[in-house]
Formats: sequence, C-alpha cells, structure tokens
Amino acid sequence: MKHQTNLIFDLPQTGENKNRILQKCDVIKPNFPEFYGEDLLRQEDLDIPNLSEIQVLRHYTNLSAKNYGVENGPYPLGSCTMKYNPKVNENMANLPGFKNTHPLQPVETVQGNLTLLYNLEQQLNAILGMDHFTFQPSAGAHGELTGIMMIKAFHEANGNLERTVMLIPDSAHGTNPASAAMAEFEIREIKSNASGLVDVEDLKQKIDDKVAGIMLTNPNTLGLFEKDVKEITGLVHAAGGLCYYDGANANAILMQTRPGDMGFDVVHLNVHKTFGTPHGGGGPGAGPVGIKKILEPFLPKPVVKKIDNANQPKYVLDYDRPQSIGKVRAFTGSFSVYIKTYAYILAYGKQGLAEVSEAAVANARYLLERVRDSYHVPYQEPAMHEFIITAAWQKEKYGVITTDIAKRLIDYGYHPPTVYFPLIVQEAMMVEPTDTETLEGLEGLADAFNSIAEEAAENPDLLKNAPHDMPITRPDETKAARNPILKA
Amino acid sequence: MSGYIPISREKRAELLESVGLKLENLFDVIPDEIKIKDVNFSGLNAKGLSEQEIIAQLTNLAERNQRVDQYDSYLGAGFYDHYSPAVIDHIINRQEFLTSYTPYQAEMSQGTLQAIFEWQSYICRLTGLDVSNSSIYDGASAAAEALLLVCRQTKKSKVWISEGLNPEYLATIKTYFHAAGLEVEVGALNEYGTAAGTYPAGDDYAGYLIQSPNFFGIVEDMRELVKKAEQNQALSVVSCDLISLAMFKSPGEVGVDIACGEAQPLGIPLNFGGPAVGFLAAKQKLMRKMPGRIAGQTTDTEGKIAYVLTLQAREQHIRREKATSNICTNQALLATAATIYLALNGSAGLKEVAEQSAAKAIYLHGKLIQTGLFEAVYDKPFFREFAVKLKHGGSLDLLNKKLLEHRIIGGLALSDEIWLLAVTEKKSKKAMDDFVALVSNLIRDENVLGD
Repeated sequence: MKHQTNLIFDLPQTGENKNRILQKCDVIKPNFPEFYGEDLLRQEDLDIPNLSEIQVLRHYTNLSAKNYGVENGPYPLGSCTMKYNPKVNENMANLPGFKNTHPLQPVETVQGNLTLLYNLEQQLNAILGMDHFTFQPSAGAHGELTGIMMIKAFHEANGNLERTVMLIPDSAHGTNPASAAMAEFEIREIKSNASGLVDVEDLKQKIDDKVAGIMLTNPNTLGLFEKDVKEITGLVHAAGGLCYYDGANANAILMQTRPGDMGFDVVHLNVHKTFGTPHGGGGPGAGPVGIKKILEPFLPKPVVKKIDNANQPKYVLDYDRPQSIGKVRAFTGSFSVYIKTYAYILAYGKQGLAEVSEAAVANARYLLERVRDSYHVPYQEPAMHEFIITAAWQKEKYGVITTDIAKRLIDYGYHPPTVYFPLIVQEAMMVEPTDTETLEGLEGLADAFNSIAEEAAENPDLLKNAPHDMPITRPDETKAARNPILKA
Repeated sequence: MSGYIPISREKRAELLESVGLKLENLFDVIPDEIKIKDVNFSGLNAKGLSEQEIIAQLTNLAERNQRVDQYDSYLGAGFYDHYSPAVIDHIINRQEFLTSYTPYQAEMSQGTLQAIFEWQSYICRLTGLDVSNSSIYDGASAAAEALLLVCRQTKKSKVWISEGLNPEYLATIKTYFHAAGLEVEVGALNEYGTAAGTYPAGDDYAGYLIQSPNFFGIVEDMRELVKKAEQNQALSVVSCDLISLAMFKSPGEVGVDIACGEAQPLGIPLNFGGPAVGFLAAKQKLMRKMPGRIAGQTTDTEGKIAYVLTLQAREQHIRREKATSNICTNQALLATAATIYLALNGSAGLKEVAEQSAAKAIYLHGKLIQTGLFEAVYDKPFFREFAVKLKHGGSLDLLNKKLLEHRIIGGLALSDEIWLLAVTEKKSKKAMDDFVALVSNLIRDENVLGD
C-alpha cells in the first residue's frame, strides 16, 4: 500500500454514465429553461468525474488501507479515549426503524426514538449526577459552547450582566478558552501548581464578583485527579459563579465519583470517548450536556418529555420554553450516535461501568510503571486514565525530540500518543491506553517505548528519520501552510 | 470481566502487583466525601446486558417507530430522503475510516486526509468557490459559523438574514449571535416568496444571507444579493443545497463570497435528524479566517505527494481564545460518505437526481392545484419542495392525522392552512397519484378538515 493513490479527479473516465443507480424517471420532465428561466440555470455541467462503481470502490478501499484504526492495534492518543467501538452498536444504529425516521415526523410516529432519548437521559443523569441532559450539541466543543451559553443566560436572567470572566486552568484543552471566547467571556487563566493541580491560592486571588464561572477538567489534562475539587467548586459558588465540567476525561471516573457530586452545575460528555462510539476519522461524535435544576429553563429546545396522560403520546418534544437559549443546531441532535451510546451503557450497567474506569486507570498506571525508567515523568501524583511522560532526557542527551519518538512508534506498528499537549509541559507525550487495551497491546507498547529510549541513545537518526515504512515519510507542514493547496 | 474489557479483574490485580501497585488503591486519590456510595440509580441497569438482550431491546424500540421506507412521506424542510447507493455503507463501515480519529499523525492517516482533501475539492467544484473546510456539525451551525466569519472579516457586528432561511437555522444563528454579543436582523420575503427587493441598504451590515432554494423551495436569484453586499462593503452568504447545484448556477459563479449548507441529501440517512454534515466554502481572501479543520496537499521528505491538516494557526489547540472558532471535531466520516456519493453519481448522476426531484415536485404541485382544493402560496419556480395553501380553510393537522391512518406522513404544516411538501427522485408517480386522490377524497367526501 505504499504506492500513491491518485486523486479521484485524475481517474480516467472510460464509459458513459448510464445511471445504473436510479430508476427511470416516471414523470415527464418539464422544459426546465422555460420553468426556471435561463438566468437561474447552470449553463455547463458540473466539473466532477463520471466513474464506474469498481473505480470508486478501489479508490476508497485503497485509501482506507493508509489509515490506522482501533482494530489495527493500540491507539493511546491521550485525551481522545480511543477505545474499542462495539460492532453490535453499529448494527443497532443501522436498524431501518431508526435510520429511516425523519426529524419532523409527528411525535406519535417516533415513540421508539423518543423513548430511547428519554431513557438515555435517565442513564446519563445517574452516571454523571445531573438533573437533565440536552442532546443537541454535536461534539465536545459544541457541548462546551452550549454549556457556556447556558451559564451566560443564567447570569443574564439574574441581572448579573457584569459577570464577564471565565476562569480556566492553564492546563485546559484549547477548546475551553475558545468556547468561552465565542460567548464573549474574558478568560482569566488559573495557574497549575508544582504537583500539576489547580493552584487553589492562585484561584482565590483571581476570584471576584466579575466571575461567571470556572471550566475544569477532572482528572485534568495531566491525567491527575483534582482532589481539591470540592473546595474549588465551593469557592466559585460562594463568589456567585457556576462550575463547568469538561467531560473529556470522564472515562477515568465512571461510577467512582460524579461531577454532580463534585459540585459542577454543567457537564459535557464526549460519547465518542467515554461511551465507545466511533470517532470516524474526526467525527461524527456527540457532546450531550448535563445540567443541574437551576439551569433547566435555559436548555436548548426542544426537550424530550414524558407525559402520563392516556390520551396523548407518551413522549413528546417540548418547544414551549421561553427562557431557552434557543438552538445550537437543527433538530434534536446526532440521534444515531446516541443509539450507540445507549447500547454501550446497557452492555455495562452500573457495575460494568465501574470496571471500565478501573480498567482504564489500571492500564495507564501499569503502563506508566513499565516505562518510568526510560522517560522523564514530570508529575508524581498518581495518574488516572492517562499519564504524561516527556522526551526531556532524550532531547538533552541525544537531540531527540518528542516528534521523533512518536514517529518511531509508528514503525513499531502503534499509533503515537498525543504530543506537545498540555502546553505547560515541554516535549509532552500524553498516553491513554483505555479500558479496552489488551495485555499484548499494553506489553507491546511498553516494550516499544523502552526500546525506542534505547535506540535514542544508540542510533538517534533512526528516530529522526522515522517513520520508515509508511505510505509517506514526514510531510512538509511549513510548505503546506505557506503555499496552501486545498483542493484539486 | 465486563462488557468489552479484555483483561479480567484477577489479571488486572496481578499486573498492578507486578509493578508495586494495588487494585483496591487505584482510586484512593478521590476524596471520600465525593466517592460513589449509596445512590439512587434509577434509570441505570445494575448489571450489563448480553449482546442478544441489547439487540432485543433496541429492535423493540426501533419497531415502535413509523418509518419513511414503509410510509409514504412528504417531509423535507432541511432533511431529504434521497437514495443512498449501497457502496457508501460498505466503505464507511471499514474500520480504518470508522474507528480512526482526527488525522494528527499524517503518516498513518493518509486515507482520511486524502478523503477530506477530495471532499474539499468536490465542495469547491459544486459551489464554485475557492476554499472549503473539512466539514462542520450541520447546515445550521455552518450558517452560524459563516456569519461569524463575516463579522470577523468586516469587523462589523450586524448581519441581515432573509426569512427564506430554514427556521431551525435562523434559531441557531440567533443563539450563536446572542452569546457573541452580535446582532441579527431578519427581512421578510416579498410577495413572490423571494428575497428580491428586500435587502436593506446601509454600511453597518457585515453580511447578507439568503437560502437557495429557500425554505419554501423557491430558487433565489443571487445576483441582487452580491450587488447589495458589494455596495455596502459587506459579504454575501448563501445557504444552498448541493444537489440543486447540478441544475442551477453556483454561488461562486454569481460572485457570492461564502456558501454553506447541509450535505445530508448526499446519501446520508435521515437518522431522525442526525448526525448531519455541514459544509462551508469561501473565496480565497477568507481562507485564513475560516473555522474548522482544513486538509492541504504538500510533499514528504522524499518529494512524494502527502496530505496534512494545515493552516492550524487558526485553530483552538494553538490559538486558544484567539482561535477563529472552538471547533475541534468535524464530521469526517459523513463528509467521506457524501464524497463517495458524489463520486458514484458523477456529474451525470447528480444532474439526474436533481432533475428527477424537480420534475416530481413540479408534477405533484400541479396535481394538488388541479384538485381545486389548494392554491400556490408563491408564484415562483421551486426545486424539490413547495408550499401550498388550503383554498377553503381548515386544519392541516387534522388532515395529516387522517393521512397517517393511511400510512402516509403528510407535508409539514407551517400553519393551519399552509403545507410544505418535498419529494425526491425516490418518489413514484403512482405514490403521488394515490396521495393526491386520497387527499382529495378525505377533504371532499370525508370532510376531515372540519367546518
């Protein structure tokens, strides 16, 4: 698969397109130029190729062979929770009874869909310790924006227009400040202390009556549990702010502790991380947002409601919500992703989910211990579901940087960890093996990390020139940005 | 071991012990006061279900729905039931596309990167514009992001939107703009149901947005939009339908600055409204202000063609609060599905889909008017969707309810009397003939509209 795959636009067009796919039109086509007028109509055909089915299939099958997925092997991409995506969930999402329903059908014709969403909301409430969920947000960052909008609406409704500051730790995901900025909040950064946790003293100094809230990830992006979380949420609440939980790392805490009990008012989840729905090469995911009762009036509309009235459909969509922030996308959300989420939660139940977090944390802790002697470990607090190691030693001694180590891991057949994040750690590698990593995967990863550390000493060029056996060697990213070629 | 966890608890304990750790101490760092103890877990099953039980439960739920492949449906309004060729599912269910993530490591993600590059290319060819991003959540959020882009570029804080925009999109834009402290002005349609002659003058508008075909299915002439935007140092935005572009002039050809919309009609299942896949394309001058991921072509160290994520200096993971958007995830898999749809259909196939949809909509419209029970709401040419009005009043809700008994999901009732109906190439002449006959019969003979 090392050879280059032509662009689809460069494939030869060798046959007339007889339109094998569609049945023949059974009404008479009107004279379109007459009906629409020449001004509206395109004068030339679209410039897209007419190809045969086998050409298209081979093209994309060959492209797929240049990808690496969770079913190829370990994918320890920190903060992304690349766990196994159960196959049966795909089958369930493809059931025609779900797939062939239109979002604007009368509610009495989609009782199955609404029951599923209602039940899923109950499940998520229980797992996260919240009172309500909205399913509209289409991704984690979209959920952040939705949650932040609700916090803004809450303060507006209370007449607190001067609350314009969002507190965000310096270790946070980039989406946190970006989302808060989209809702016009001023970002006030909270420092991390030497242990890698939120510096509570710094927080105290930065809290004032302009604070609208705080956005926190727990465990944080260093993979460490913010054990002062109750004090932190207490401080923010006492100052009149609300607390936002970034659920990117929720896999670490499933059924061990709940954001609702930590004092959070808003939570988003990435179901493509925590609940094993596929990442799809970058989407579609889904980012449902959970809230405490005080924020209920501001939920996006519609909201799924259960009605106990024999004469009405049991589940309805409630649009009559005068204080709602409105909508963050069309319709009710990424429904088929939620089918997979629901099936995932059913497969585990309360006890099983507790084992998910246990396995996720155990795998990370074990892997960390296995590579601890080979790499600099910047923080000594116990790791949760992911951990940070760095290339600091290798850089100083052999001029080998994190990129080189990551690229060399590809030669070993593994997807590299997340690199150069969080930004507060130099040469960071963020490793998250997840709960579904196999024994051979864990041992293989550990062995690869350790032998790469040896190679760095013995033959640094081996790392600097990696990867050696992929469809491409390292791409020139500077050239790509300087002279952008963005289409064919 | 539970569910899909491959290592048993015993083995896990053993592994941890081998490195000096204990299973029972894993969560010691969580303070006792917030550890889960005795909580009411109503709604959550205590123990996991087997694969067979899951299939039984979900199949039961799915069967409680009435569906458009078993009922005759006339719903559209943003999501359309076009035919999805069999090949699409086979490719996008390949785990290499399905289970991978955002292509951070280009060397092991050339498949996704090239697929995104091809999506961008198709979107540019269809819209006639220079730059496309790798996709956005859906058509509504794409419109909101397009207008935020317009405000960034012009440094103005007010946009004008024609009421011909899908109301779901309008609601989304209003939500985004309220949060961002920006202003939305909505302009009513003219008596013909288009935006012609309704554009306000004034140099305080950052941009003007119309939808074409608009919410009532009417194909808009974009020339006035472009002219108005140029006169007022504003940008022009069109929320458009990709299938219609096989027949109609593209936004780029007319001079529009930004095109956005929903690519669901390109073979993506209805799925009760999601996931969806939005697109956003713009003129070259807006490239560095675009939101979302963008793939670019470059070369590797040996000079071979390679694809990478590029122009990342716009993005949240680099720029944090100064990013052009908070977008991280796109809709890569669905963008790939839509790309495969375009590849399979080609220009000839796409044109046939568009022409059949239009022909059938025109046929159905004519038949409904012929009954003498309906009149056209607007006298302008439409694409695959149109609005008709009950001539003698009554309640369309009652009519829709009655139709359901006959296994028909009627059009969308925009009011008691206005009905929005959509058809695609999938609709047969016979289904439409039967539908019109039944509607006529229900109204004339059974008096379902009431008095």
